[in-house]
Amino acid sequence: MHICIDDYLLDIVQNSFEAGSSLVELTFAETGTKLFCEIRDNGKGMSAEIQRRVLDPFYSDGEKHKKRKVGLGLPFLSQACDACDGTFVLQSEEGIGTSVSFSFRLDHIDAPPMGNVASTFLALLSHPLCEELVIERSLETGKGGDRYTLRKSELEAVLGPFETSGTLALLRQYLSSQEEELEQYREENLLDMHRRNTSPSRQ
Amino acid sequence: MAKMTLEELRKLREKKQNEIQKRDIEGKDARIIVGMGTCGIAAGAKPVLDTFLEVLDEKKIDNVSVTQTGCMGLCYVEPTIEVIVPGMPDVIYGKVDVETARKIVEQHIIGKQLVTDHMFDRPAADIIKKDGGK
Repeated sequence: MHICIDDYLLDIVQNSFEAGSSLVELTFAETGTKLFCEIRDNGKGMSAEIQRRVLDPFYSDGEKHKKRKVGLGLPFLSQACDACDGTFVLQSEEGIGTSVSFSFRLDHIDAPPMGNVASTFLALLSHPLCEELVIERSLETGKGGDRYTLRKSELEAVLGPFETSGTLALLRQYLSSQEEELEQYREENLLDMHRRNTSPSRQ
Repeated sequence: MAKMTLEELRKLREKKQNEIQKRDIEGKDARIIVGMGTCGIAAGAKPVLDTFLEVLDEKKIDNVSVTQTGCMGLCYVEPTIEVIVPGMPDVIYGKVDVETARKIVEQHIIGKQLVTDHMFDRPAADIIKKDGGK
């Protein structure tokens, strides 16, 4: 299992990139007590048979690494959602694309810590197989809220290709500034819980 | 830091590009590849990627290529990363945490010395489909 919610996210969005998608859309909407996330791609999709088996941690299509058993991303996520009163929905059509949506109850004792959302978006945007990624991020709590949209093509038009450390450092700074702006709307008790749960050596 | 706009980001980049031209090219043609499969992520590869970018930025090295790859088949020593520096052997490092990532930048990329206590050679044999056409 992964440690933070954002680790699950990073893991499964990579599936969309590897499915040959030219567009991946990600909604990452947080309230004081809930996280709702949806990933939609236009990749190769999955047959009904594969969709049925893909949540089985012991299943692997055997194509990526022939002699190995791989394919833990989706089972990990669906189990983590189950453990904290969340939801998990997988929809897919061959040749059309796949969408995965899931939610976590953030005030549940078994909810994993959020992790570092900015660095997850950075890893996704700079992934070598990512063609176009659109991220809709929002945070709405009792104190108010805000949202921002990230578009890979738009950011690359400003910064150039996401290849070298200098460009990625600028992107990192930009993403952190977007996340920091949201921090003011985080409610005290959750922020404390978030800090307590996030070990500094890992994040 | 206030929320940046795309226009501010563009200006920051222009400013940085002018600075780069004045500086020596320390990390020229160097590459860092971070294993970001399920195994890598579970072992903490994301904070490692983040640390590489943070330290390279701190040292004002702008020209190192930093990319991600999937599982290298060495799941038991994750997070694994490969470092390629011209004039040095290609190295796969295993069990790289944020402290080791910092050390790799300072000692391998800048100092041109191997970080011998975290070296793990090459990808596992069954992951290499065709070894250099042999």
